[in-house]
Amino acid sequence: MMPIQGMADAAAPPAMEATPAVTPPSDTPTPDRPPAIALLDISKRFGPTVANDHVTFVAKWGEVHALVGENGAGKSTLMSILAGLYRPDSGTVVIDGTEQRFRAPRDAISVGIGMVYQHFMLVEPFTVAENVLLGVRNSSHLINTKDIERDLTALGERYQLQVDPTAPVWQLSVGEQQRVEILRLLYLGARILVFDEPTAVLTPQESDSLLATMRSLAAEGFCVVFISHKLDEVLTVSDRITVMRRGRVSGETTPAETDRRSLARMMVGRDLAEYVEHPDVEPHPPVALGPVRLQLTDLRANGENGLPALNGVSLEVHGGEVLGIAGVAGNGQRELAEVITGLRPASGGRVAIEGKDLTNANARTVARGGVAHIPEDRLATGLVGAMDLSENAILRDYEESPIARGSFLNAGAIAAFTDLLIRKQDVKTPGRWARVRTLSGGNQQKLLLARELAGDPKVIIAVHPTRGVDVGASEAIHQSLRDQRARGAATLLISEDLDELLALSDRIAVLYEGRVTGIVPAAGADREHLGLLMAGDEAQVGAHG
Amino acid sequence: MASPTTGWKLERLPAPSQRASIIVPFVSIILALVAGGVLILAAGQNPIAVYRAMIDGALGSKSGIAETFVKTTPLLLTGLGVAVAFRMKLWNIGGEGQLYLGAIFATWAALYGFNSASGWVIVPAMVVAALVGGALWGLIPGALRAYLGVNETITTLMLNYIAIQLAEWLVHGPWKDPASFGFPGTPQFPDAAWLPNYGTTRVHLGLIFGIVAAIILWVMLRRTRWGYEISVMGESDRVAHYAGMPTKRTILLVMALSGALCGLAGMSEVAGIGHQLQRNLSPGYGYTAIIVAWVARLNPIGIIGVAFGLAVVLVGGDQLQMAMSLPAAIAPMLQGIILFFLLGGELLTRYRLVRIGSDVPVTEGAGD
Repeated sequence: MMPIQGMADAAAPPAMEATPAVTPPSDTPTPDRPPAIALLDISKRFGPTVANDHVTFVAKWGEVHALVGENGAGKSTLMSILAGLYRPDSGTVVIDGTEQRFRAPRDAISVGIGMVYQHFMLVEPFTVAENVLLGVRNSSHLINTKDIERDLTALGERYQLQVDPTAPVWQLSVGEQQRVEILRLLYLGARILVFDEPTAVLTPQESDSLLATMRSLAAEGFCVVFISHKLDEVLTVSDRITVMRRGRVSGETTPAETDRRSLARMMVGRDLAEYVEHPDVEPHPPVALGPVRLQLTDLRANGENGLPALNGVSLEVHGGEVLGIAGVAGNGQRELAEVITGLRPASGGRVAIEGKDLTNANARTVARGGVAHIPEDRLATGLVGAMDLSENAILRDYEESPIARGSFLNAGAIAAFTDLLIRKQDVKTPGRWARVRTLSGGNQQKLLLARELAGDPKVIIAVHPTRGVDVGASEAIHQSLRDQRARGAATLLISEDLDELLALSDRIAVLYEGRVTGIVPAAGADREHLGLLMAGDEAQVGAHG
Repeated sequence: MASPTTGWKLERLPAPSQRASIIVPFVSIILALVAGGVLILAAGQNPIAVYRAMIDGALGSKSGIAETFVKTTPLLLTGLGVAVAFRMKLWNIGGEGQLYLGAIFATWAALYGFNSASGWVIVPAMVVAALVGGALWGLIPGALRAYLGVNETITTLMLNYIAIQLAEWLVHGPWKDPASFGFPGTPQFPDAAWLPNYGTTRVHLGLIFGIVAAIILWVMLRRTRWGYEISVMGESDRVAHYAGMPTKRTILLVMALSGALCGLAGMSEVAGIGHQLQRNLSPGYGYTAIIVAWVARLNPIGIIGVAFGLAVVLVGGDQLQMAMSLPAAIAPMLQGIILFFLLGGELLTRYRLVRIGSDVPVTEGAGD
């Protein structure tokens, strides 16, 4: 394997050979070595939107460099330029001292840039080793799977990425699949690793292990770029932090020089209540518990594949209470929300809203029964991107007076209602005629939330309400949910973000394989314990459930 | 490192520009005429003279204009019919068959059901019969789609052949005019079943049906709860499901309405023009309707204009063959070029062309 120092001198990028990249980039990063990544004065426009406005981002060998910012701050665009997916309108990309003009992602790969995306690029029926083999471009000679397996095991031990190379990918947990992605990139010779919100899909234990891996990669001389919303993780793992805001770099700092509060301020340009106090210890204003508004009894349902996904869930949520649902993705959360809101048939059990049986009722009936639904993927399920704000605003009420006048729609009432929603949640939009697709994720979610909360619902089913939403909008959404709690609504909050659950919930129930493995009060809840429940640890279930 | 140009790619614009969507169609037509002109030159004719002859033929005389309106009528009604279905992303390409069914049902009303009634009874009876016939022909694929998930593109297309052959059988068989000396065709309708004409021209009441239908449809799609549901369902099944909209029922109703409008076109052709059911009732109006609907971006009012514009090209093209001894293929070729440029231009209002390897986008939508 060619040592990394050779790359700057070589006229052509080194060929990717089918030899394991067990050699780290450099054992001792020298001070005079050019930086691994130097994105200089990068600008990129999409139509009228300036995604990157003269951005300069420099990351050195041997460091974990965090890139943080709200959604729409330009992080993804910048990283897509690094990955060869987009070309900058202007500016220069310099990798290890050599200027590069990537025409396609393979050009970026060939100089050692590896991207770990949230959605894995793995072939599920194939084994780990076979998936790695797929990326090997040079197949001039036969490759022995046994060799790959041996190399992968060695790589895994070295970087704490243990995974069975002979296991088919579909058998692996999300965290293990992510390790396969990383192993594959290392094997193919990546020396610069970019992680795009890698912990969003992981349990707390898996996150900790990934952060450790990132540290050990940096210690071996790799350049690690870490994109994240989670400021605690950023402060724990990074050597340096670059903050982006509205397409520009708003600051560069180190964990020693900063804290959650000032980082949040750099991201949004103002202080945020959310980050002033640690969410774990945030007090819940006491609210008198109302009657049971949502009651689930032995609820059962099948998943997309026809197999049981909910195996007898019984829960009660009172008015004025937020019940958080924790769990690793794919343990029945989606099905739970869909069965309650009438989008998926229950195969057994009962859903009652304020004592009224709404099991297997039509979605409209459930909504009229006082259930608000903030769905998992707002733009696919809850909003029509190609339609304007007013058309999206009336989705729930288009058959009700005053929006409906007989069979006709009342344009004046629609305009007034839309403006009301825009004002209530402070949706940033050029006007109610703008297409929803053109709004940022946070503003889309605020519009959806305003619509769902407009009728003062009795029950709120909120699924990942702040996923992919910037910090400012996130705070506003949390505040709305708190207001609803104070108003007396019963909220079922499904989230993979423990911070969010701890900050908002009164109690937290953990779903594992379609069953509730435990319910704990959120005040003083132990993350470690929750993490073990999420992993289906039977001892924990026995001890606490 | 040099920056070699490796090609072009389309990049989606975040939102179509208003200005572009107005200017682009005009630019497209001009470009189409230029491109067509090159081909006419190659055929040894003067393009300017040919275009003048076309415009003259379609719009230069009272009879030309009348003929253009005559062709506008079926294009308008079928265009509206398929546009309703397209709004919901139901790909009804069975306008032709639904037109034939409407003609067949109307013929039954005129010749057998209400043959001795007065015009005030017989014409409404024919309208209703045609609406029912077309609706049934739309409902079959609609029901298959709603309840069994059968792709309506295939079923509507297949039903076209069945409808056309059904008409063939009727005019050769049970409904054949005994006094026709062996020519296939039904007897002439009673006078009361003839749609009134405008003056001495062939323009008939069907045109009014079309314009009224366009206005009603526009109001229905833009101003009613039902039109709203259709738009939402057309954009996203999942959002419609989330809102608890009655998807299956709406598929049935929309396919029925779509078929009914095409059926009305069939009635208007037999009662307004032929005054009998004949073979080759339609030269493919139900297919041209797809283009009409698409170029008008499924806007009912726009369909009136596009149907007229296309009728100009059709009638002008016919005149060309007679007046200028050009190859018969020139007229449809020009139609094809115009449509090609219009649809190509449409693409550029939503996307822009970016040169891979350059620092700036090279071209944008022609209007920007």
